[in-house]
Amino acid sequence: MQFSSFFRFNTLSALLFAAAFSISFTASTSVLAASEPAAAGEEAEFNAAEVILHHIADAHDWHLFDLTNEDGSLHPVSIPLPVILLTNGNLDVFMSSAFDHGHAEVTKGDRTYKLDHGHVVETSGASVLDFSITKNAASMMLSIVILLLIFIAAGRSSAKNMGGAPTGIARFMEPLVVYVRDEIAIPNIGEKKYKKYMPYLLTVFFFIWINNLLGLIPAGANFTGNIAVTLTLAAITMIITNVSGTKTYWGHIFKPHVPFWLYPIMIPVELIGVISKPFALTIRLFANITAGHIIILSLISLIFIFKTVMIAPVSVGFVLFMSVLELLVAALQAYVFTLLSALFIGLALEEPHHETEHAH
Amino acid sequence: MDLIKPEIGLIFWTGVSFLLLLVLLRKFAWKPILGAVEARDEKINEALNAAEQARREISNLAAENEKLLAEARNEKDRIIADAKKTREHMISEAKNIADSEAKRMIETARVSIENEKNAALTEVKNLVANLSIEVAEKILRKRFENPSEQQAFVQKHLEDIKLN
Repeated sequence: MQFSSFFRFNTLSALLFAAAFSISFTASTSVLAASEPAAAGEEAEFNAAEVILHHIADAHDWHLFDLTNEDGSLHPVSIPLPVILLTNGNLDVFMSSAFDHGHAEVTKGDRTYKLDHGHVVETSGASVLDFSITKNAASMMLSIVILLLIFIAAGRSSAKNMGGAPTGIARFMEPLVVYVRDEIAIPNIGEKKYKKYMPYLLTVFFFIWINNLLGLIPAGANFTGNIAVTLTLAAITMIITNVSGTKTYWGHIFKPHVPFWLYPIMIPVELIGVISKPFALTIRLFANITAGHIIILSLISLIFIFKTVMIAPVSVGFVLFMSVLELLVAALQAYVFTLLSALFIGLALEEPHHETEHAH
Repeated sequence: MDLIKPEIGLIFWTGVSFLLLLVLLRKFAWKPILGAVEARDEKINEALNAAEQARREISNLAAENEKLLAEARNEKDRIIADAKKTREHMISEAKNIADSEAKRMIETARVSIENEKNAALTEVKNLVANLSIEVAEKILRKRFENPSEQQAFVQKHLEDIKLN
């Protein structure tokens, strides 16, 4: 029994790790979808993959814990969040508690909504644009409140003693700001032009860092491990990069320094380069944070897979180790995202090289 | 929700919130913090420059002091040398003057001694002459107390004169 469950965990974890580090997510989720009816059949069976994917996915309510009802069934306790839906030009707003954890349907006018694997769908099949404040969006808003509290206080403290030694919270934040300026912005963008990009680089650095940290808190959201988020941030970097692109930058793309008969090859390659940069940013942050969450959740799942507390010390030990590692990763990935953004902006700002001009 | 399918809602909220955060932090945080950091950098640079300037000034001052000291030392040496020369000059001059004075005095003394000697000699001569005359007179008086003897003597002298 134990051997077989261990074996099954191995296949599961292999699947999970493959999922975490490759784009084969769709494949793994379809496998999970196929295994779901079986899980529903035996209530006691613990499906680690399902639990983990549920935890790292976004949700319409903020799930905290489950209570056991008198009849033995589980009753989830969660914070309800606003559901905002746009269907055929109709804006429908209600709290997610109306779904009763997916057990109830919500009717607004002629539209009836229900939850299907976390998605809101219209029962008649109308297309729904979901602008809900989901768990991730709520977590992000919390992070924004934290960021505003910290940095407006720091800014006020800094403004109070211009040129003097920093005091209060500014004493803690200014070295970090100086670090972003001296180690990320200036080396990659250059002494002359970096100032214009400092607000973006600083904001994105602290935004990602704080959100990474919030994601590590138990019951926290996996905000920076959500592809929509990383895609949005990467898109902002891409827009800034290309808007500030110099003549030399566009020249490299549309008039590369190669014989003109190579243009049909080179121009698409350069254009792929333009797209691949934000794509790399998107995937890197998403995969790193999601993988960290999956590993921690997998280690905790070990206890439930083996159905014994004996494994708990091992799990807790590993989870502690991973959590400390994730604290490092939280800062590191914020640093890497900011560094690469600065690097891409710096590349787009390049000035003509005299050597290449001569060679041309 | 699928892991790699971006949700439009989250993209929308992330984009809007992030841009709002960017605008707010830019105005209320990054501007004052970067301003303060820059002001501090400037202040530190200024302080460093001032220190460098002061250091250079001090080293200049030290060099100047050294120069002044050397000058003073040279001046001292020159004055001492001058004094030495003056002293030697004065000594030699004094010596010369003393020498010549001594010579003059010796000469004067010599001359006066000569004169005195001559005067003394003359006096002695005169005295001797007078004494001689007196002695001769006395002798002659004695000798020629009797006329015969006088006669004889005259005679004799006469003979001598004849012979000559």
